[in-house]
Amino acid sequence: MRPVIRRIHREVRRVPQEVSLVVNGVDRRVSVEPRRMLAELLRDDLGLTGTNLGCDTTQCGACTVLLDGRAVKSCSVLALQAEGSSVTTIEGLAEGGTLHPLQTAFAECHGLQCGFCTPGMILAAADLIARDPDPAPETVRHALEGNLCRCTGYHTIVDAVLAGAAAMRDDGAAR
Amino acid sequence: MIPAAFDYRRADGLDDVLAALATDAPVTLLAGGQSLLPLLKLRLAEVGTLLDIGRIPELHGVRVRDEGGIAIGATTTWNEILEDPLVAAHAPLLRQVVAGIGDVQVRNRGTIGGSVAHADPAADIVPALLALDATIALRSATSRRAGPADGFFRGPFETVRRSDELIVEIRIPALPAGAGGAWEAVSQPASGWSIAAAAAVLAVSDGRISHARVALGGAGECGVRAKAVEAALVDRPATPETLTAAASAATEGIAVQGDLHADAAYRTSVARVVVRRALEAARARAAG
Repeated sequence: MRPVIRRIHREVRRVPQEVSLVVNGVDRRVSVEPRRMLAELLRDDLGLTGTNLGCDTTQCGACTVLLDGRAVKSCSVLALQAEGSSVTTIEGLAEGGTLHPLQTAFAECHGLQCGFCTPGMILAAADLIARDPDPAPETVRHALEGNLCRCTGYHTIVDAVLAGAAAMRDDGAAR
Repeated sequence: MIPAAFDYRRADGLDDVLAALATDAPVTLLAGGQSLLPLLKLRLAEVGTLLDIGRIPELHGVRVRDEGGIAIGATTTWNEILEDPLVAAHAPLLRQVVAGIGDVQVRNRGTIGGSVAHADPAADIVPALLALDATIALRSATSRRAGPADGFFRGPFETVRRSDELIVEIRIPALPAGAGGAWEAVSQPASGWSIAAAAAVLAVSDGRISHARVALGGAGECGVRAKAVEAALVDRPATPETLTAAASAATEGIAVQGDLHADAAYRTSVARVVVRRALEAARARAAG
């Protein structure tokens, strides 16, 4: 009897629950198993594969998205924890066909090689610049501590974040 | 990585949490999840039901206490602590320690109460709370109690919290007048976890050390007061010689642990260095 009881418990635990959230400005309602991570909801349920899964253990930062404006590692947030929240992924940064200033800066400064870490880098940088519009290079390096890049050696990434921040300040001044 | 299946429920207020903890059906509390969710994904832990306490207003935020000092709600995140003006004014040492915990993303989700409950042997918050004479406040459906951080941590991932109890807040008392605090750590570069870390609070009166709290993290089975160091400081002249001599007792009475990054002998020597540095910095910041 015991294994059967155990299986029944397992099935009960797999009952999906509804989660409502706003992703890149669009209201979404998704049914997910409780153990589903936010990264999986974004990638598999919503098809937003710009959010990359690297280490899947809260270390590499490739899965970084903005959750209510703050950078989080979406591999370590339950989809159900995002109930009622607003999520911004890399797909939500560009306005129409115009790249976000950080995206332009990463391209112009050669802030990427393979590009796998780039969406997470850009969203972590967006969190930093929202709180500190004119960060020092040291501040940028500290703020990107949770984002690993195996290609660039980081210097061009720091250059890109500084250039993106400057462009965002200019955009703000022009408006 | 996919955790073993579990149920999930968002708590409907503090009473709901206390009632759920009081039943025989086990619930596991989920706050920021920055320790628990990786453990579940790595299948180092398996749970029946996660009760999400991340959105309970009474457990969140920083306030000044009538008795002096501040209280930090259990589900206040690291970055909320870093950005809080009360913490900056009342507990600069705590702020310095929290700035080095995890990374930005982890600090945006991880909570002080979650880390205290998890009690990782290398958690930086533990020696900080020990040096600051912090108190952990607990509630159950039928009881309230508050006890010193010194004695709360029993070993790796083990505290005196009962299974029906919830950590509600962490209280940081006002330091003695003129006291200086400091934090020094040597970390394993890939993980960021401390090989050894020291928090120190010193007060000086008439050239002699009148108050000394020194705590060590990373080295032992859990964060621990370095009481041999404290005993070698109090009532002695606040001179570099006193500090250096006291630091040599850093691991006295502590079972120093070794792992693949640092064996016990190396960790012991790092512990002495971080304690000496912390004492020197705390002395420089203390008045008198």
